[in-house]
Amino acid sequence: MISLAGRDILHSWSKFALTGLGLGLLIGVTFTMAGVYRGMVDDAKVLLNNSGADLWVVQKDTLGPYAEPSSVHDDIYRGLLGFPGIAQAANVTYLTMQVRRGERDVRAMVVGFVPGGPGEPRYLIAGRRVTRSHYEAVADLSAGFAVGDRIRIRRHEYTVVGVTRRMVSSGGDPMVFIPLKDAQEAQFLKDNDAIVNERARTANNPALNRPGVPGLLGAIEASQTSGRTVNAVLVRVASGHSPDRVAAELRRWKHVQAFTRAQMEDILVAKLIATASRQIGMFLVILTIVSAAIVAFIIYTMTLGKIREIAVLKLIGTHNSTIASMILQQALGLGVIGFVVGKIAATIWGPAFPRYVLLEPWDAVIGFVLVMLVCVLASTLAIRAALRVDPAAAIGG
Amino acid sequence: MTSDVGIRIEGLSKRYGEGSTAVDALKDVNMSVAPGEVVGLIGPSGSGKTTLLKCLGAVIEPTRGRMTLGGQVIYDGGWKIADLRVLRRDRIGFIFQAPYLIPFLDATDNVALLPMLSGQSNAAARARARELLEALDVAHRAKALPAELSGGEQQRVSIARALANRPPVILADEPTAPLDSERGLAVMRILDQLASQYATAIIVVTHDEKIIPTFKRTYHIRDGRTVEEVGDGRSLVGAS
Repeated sequence: MISLAGRDILHSWSKFALTGLGLGLLIGVTFTMAGVYRGMVDDAKVLLNNSGADLWVVQKDTLGPYAEPSSVHDDIYRGLLGFPGIAQAANVTYLTMQVRRGERDVRAMVVGFVPGGPGEPRYLIAGRRVTRSHYEAVADLSAGFAVGDRIRIRRHEYTVVGVTRRMVSSGGDPMVFIPLKDAQEAQFLKDNDAIVNERARTANNPALNRPGVPGLLGAIEASQTSGRTVNAVLVRVASGHSPDRVAAELRRWKHVQAFTRAQMEDILVAKLIATASRQIGMFLVILTIVSAAIVAFIIYTMTLGKIREIAVLKLIGTHNSTIASMILQQALGLGVIGFVVGKIAATIWGPAFPRYVLLEPWDAVIGFVLVMLVCVLASTLAIRAALRVDPAAAIGG
Repeated sequence: MTSDVGIRIEGLSKRYGEGSTAVDALKDVNMSVAPGEVVGLIGPSGSGKTTLLKCLGAVIEPTRGRMTLGGQVIYDGGWKIADLRVLRRDRIGFIFQAPYLIPFLDATDNVALLPMLSGQSNAAARARARELLEALDVAHRAKALPAELSGGEQQRVSIARALANRPPVILADEPTAPLDSERGLAVMRILDQLASQYATAIIVVTHDEKIIPTFKRTYHIRDGRTVEEVGDGRSLVGAS
């Protein structure tokens, strides 16, 4: 038996190809939106993986350091190192800010880390690790920095000595890694005018500037100008110990909050990017509906254009199922063209997006099945119209 | 009148609507066409020609009467055939006012489609199509799409399609309407020739004055009733 749908597609291939192209671009946008979501989740996982930590110790009753502000004293890591089951502990700070690259501002997450400890960028694609105590930085490729570039953070300039890749915050901002002390200063130290103003206020406070207590004012001023806090302590658990049990013990004894890798992933994926994923989900639903409407409209219009031929086919004894199958196959053909175009388009334009777009093969499989389902649903309107054609319409004027 | 009947209808009536709004489109129509015979069905607009053709084509159900096709009763106060679609496909050929060929199938496949729908193999169906296209002198356009054929060629292909399943009867609905006199007469010659060749009863609905004299017999239909009139087919003989 002749494939009526195939012949029709071949006969009007240019119309099909152009329609498929338009549909494909829409499907490409849908794939890209799904890819953006996958990229966000993957960024979160990469962020956790690259930190090299098993536990995140943060301020009690917070979901820090990525989802909520967290502040813990920078000497707490010493106590943690003496805790059973903990192999390594290192302070870390996170601050999202504008850093200057020449005349241009770049939004970045500045990470303060201890060289050699958890939190240090593990994989470099160029340059070397930070070896000096001050004014050296490792920057993510997506920030646009290269080895030797100068970055201005607050009052100081840093030299980029290494470049890393796929190190971005959960918001997609590239990371810039600098030594912890520099990061603490950048995050907690006030500018000179603020310090002078604060000193004057303290000096004018009789409770803090007592004539009979020499040295009190100086001690208070010193405490105001030094940052003694960090956002979190990253911990590596010794082999043979369960991160869950160590975290439970920390929560019990140390008056801090400790999250395991799985808990932190849940915070990042289920809480931090939950709104963004819902937003993307809405886009996906709308794009799916629009795609379905377009396929339905095109197939319906094409069917209406063949009403007389369909009447003739029915009159000469063609099965309704043959006619329905012809329309369905055309809708599916359009879907296949759209899927192929969409997949290629998303693969081509995906890397140009500012955020990481992760196109998973399994998503493509699900996408293909969805496109086919949408085409089947969209063709029902046209099939209904075709089946309602009266064969008698072929006879008479 | 021949004893061997291609199609015969007796007391066929068709009423549209009910009660005071009812319209009797056909009233006790009688008609008989023998195999190999071409008869004309003539009448003014609204006389019931198309309704009769639709009843004969098993597209609409008559209100009462009796229809016999190739010796088999197909309607007697109700359809006697379970699947009218199969009846139309295998035992009735249709030729339309416009050729209505499937635009995305070439001439061969437009003709071969019917045998294929009847379950014949592609090869057998295409062989039958080639044979008919040859008989209708359009074999040289076998691979052409309808849009690439002239009006006359399209109508010949549609005639070949009507003959594809060797139906005992062909219903032609104003087949010469879109053609000029010369081509119209040529189509009538072809129908006359094919009716004899394939022993097919052909009913041609027309109001084309030029071809009316070509029929050996015509049925005039007026206000839903038929009157038989005998012609001599002289014009057709003269034209051939």
